[in-house]
Amino acid sequence: MKLTGAQILWECLVREGVTEIFGYPGGAILPAYDAMLDYPIRHTLVRHEQGATHMADGYARASGRVGVAIATSGPGATNMVTGIATAMMDSSPIVCITGQVGSRLIGTDAFQEIDITGITLPVTKHNYLVTSPDEIARTVREAFAIAQSGRPGPVLIDLTKDAQQASCEFDWDGAAPRRSLRPDAPLLSRESLAEAAALIDAAERPVILAGHGVMISGAERALRDFAERAHVPVATTLLGIGGFPASHPLNLGMMGMHGEAWVNVAIQEADLLVACGMRFDDRVTGSLKTYAPRAKKIHIEIDPSEINKNVHADVALVADLRHALERLLPVIANGDRTAWLASIDASRGDSAVRDIQSLPDDGHLYAAHVINDLWRATRGGDTIIVTDVGQHQMWEAQYYHHDEPRSLITSGGLGTMGFAVPAAIGAKRARPDAEVWAIVGDGGFQMTMCELATAVQDGIAIKVAIINNGFLGMVRQWQEFFYERRYAATPLSGPNFVKLAEAFGIRGHAVTARAGVLPAIDDARRRDGPVVIDFRVEQEDTVYPMVPAGAALHAMIRRPGPSLAEGRNPIVETAAD
Amino acid sequence: MKLHTFAVYVEDQPGVLNRVSSLFRRRAFNIHSLSVGTTETPGVSRMTIVVRADANGAARIRAHLEKLVPVLRVESIGDHAAVVRDLALIKVSADHETRASVMQLAQVFHGRVVDVAAGSLVVEICASESKVDGLIEVLRPYGVLEMVRTGRVALGRGSVAEAARDTAAIEPEAEHGLSCSV
Repeated sequence: MKLTGAQILWECLVREGVTEIFGYPGGAILPAYDAMLDYPIRHTLVRHEQGATHMADGYARASGRVGVAIATSGPGATNMVTGIATAMMDSSPIVCITGQVGSRLIGTDAFQEIDITGITLPVTKHNYLVTSPDEIARTVREAFAIAQSGRPGPVLIDLTKDAQQASCEFDWDGAAPRRSLRPDAPLLSRESLAEAAALIDAAERPVILAGHGVMISGAERALRDFAERAHVPVATTLLGIGGFPASHPLNLGMMGMHGEAWVNVAIQEADLLVACGMRFDDRVTGSLKTYAPRAKKIHIEIDPSEINKNVHADVALVADLRHALERLLPVIANGDRTAWLASIDASRGDSAVRDIQSLPDDGHLYAAHVINDLWRATRGGDTIIVTDVGQHQMWEAQYYHHDEPRSLITSGGLGTMGFAVPAAIGAKRARPDAEVWAIVGDGGFQMTMCELATAVQDGIAIKVAIINNGFLGMVRQWQEFFYERRYAATPLSGPNFVKLAEAFGIRGHAVTARAGVLPAIDDARRRDGPVVIDFRVEQEDTVYPMVPAGAALHAMIRRPGPSLAEGRNPIVETAAD
Repeated sequence: MKLHTFAVYVEDQPGVLNRVSSLFRRRAFNIHSLSVGTTETPGVSRMTIVVRADANGAARIRAHLEKLVPVLRVESIGDHAAVVRDLALIKVSADHETRASVMQLAQVFHGRVVDVAAGSLVVEICASESKVDGLIEVLRPYGVLEMVRTGRVALGRGSVAEAARDTAAIEPEAEHGLSCSV
């Protein structure tokens, strides 16, 4: 069967199971767009190509399937870079397709020519420049295999215009990836499993550190069985939230820079850390010199290059997490760590009193209240929260309690502002029956708010909760702590978000007091289409607790309580932060 | 920090060298030397990469190399079990008075004179890096006008089967990150 390169592209995408695609057309990708009309693919027209990549990413994280974004050459391709890097840092499987000028024009600085394979080399798992139609099928099949295998990540395919236009024989079966892609991980040896089991059985104060890998490998059940059998408390990373139910008695909560004090103190006092699909990011460890000094470390991780990168592993199990946990389960003893759990509980101290939820309603609207109320309103349902980056992201992690995997989608590694709205659109496309909320600051919202038009045009019913404090809040917080409150470039104005929503043809609400929170949320949930709520919260609110970057994990700035009014931590920011 | 030598088998396709060198740049490891050429298998090239790193760094470099899609196989080459060579062409200033002594020095180092001009000679030497360094040192007083070196190339000793077995013996350690494979 002779087909054009453009047709072959869609034949392959359809066979890979693609039904949704996010993109923006242009000259060099026109042949592909023309052929698309003949295939059962729903295309979502974005307003900026960065949005397309975040949508593909949100789609992938919500569903576990590969997300696909498509754009033209030159600026279309370069606009994708931030989204590709975001997916790379958070191990999200996306395939990005870009048009490229005709192969004979490559290297001539032709109109809208850019070396996108060169530009994206360090931020993709792999990328391809395809100049001939007979390479397309193999490339697409390989790209999907690479994006999903091992530690997932983005793959970019740059297709020259002539490769899309020319015809050749289409042979799906003959285009199976030629070499076997490296197996997901070497098999675990009996010895290393026994070593790990011995450490677990002997530990008196163990803590499991659960990361994004729990979701990626589908290890939620295995982790739960493992934690219950060994009777070990679980702390999660930001991206690990949802991998272990928040309501489970063994769940301590989020660790790291804005983790609760008892979580970080438990890690610092532990005699064993069992790291499950996480990579000891600096936001999780604080100072490496003082990190969990008494703990042996078992690192279960599929990517061998993560072993011993930041933290020395006493036992490293390089494997798919689910596989490793299922192998470990029968060789560990039933544990009883009641004393250890009780001592962690004791270290919670008066934290409940300091918690903002316990503060009386003093007429101010706090972001933590908004997020906690949203959790109360939506708990128990099939809800996906997509956050942006900054203070609201940390409050979400603290005050929205996730029991389900893939119910929180957030940009962790790259910390990409502008992620929430497009990623929420992608998540809604992946799981149309789920209720999808974007929680976003007024700064991040203004970066990609153009995608509201996308949601409106394509009827994608995301609900947007803007946590509007008129500041780039997290940066302001750092200025408050480390730069003597010199607020350089952090006060931020914005449009009237209610009128903006109306300009897009959707409903907008403004909420200024706590009493208005639930009614606005309820109204948004009742409406079919997208809704924007502008929560005008306390301007100079602070995320507590906070471990200053580079400080020891237990050296946190705690919530100011009645007895702590005097103490401002004299901690200074360094270049390492 | 010591020098580690990796033999890296890669698919012979455009951009592979860029992917490999970009990895070292990205991860802030400094390449001491890198040479690349074809192998006995069509479509497969072999790179010899020498890098200064501690044991943990070397293990990480290897893991990163193995993640690159066009990389087929990575071997760590320990000096004891390998033939290691560096080829240098050295153009030395030499007139009729000094020519004889330059040629004599080259001979002592098992180098060869491969070109003679009125005011200079080109000496070729293929030896271990330290021996090449030694020859350059003794030639320097005469005036080294130009020089080119290939950087280290290396091949494991013994049969291929033995080499493969050595690699297998090394791998579990590296994969478990407990020790360095070099």
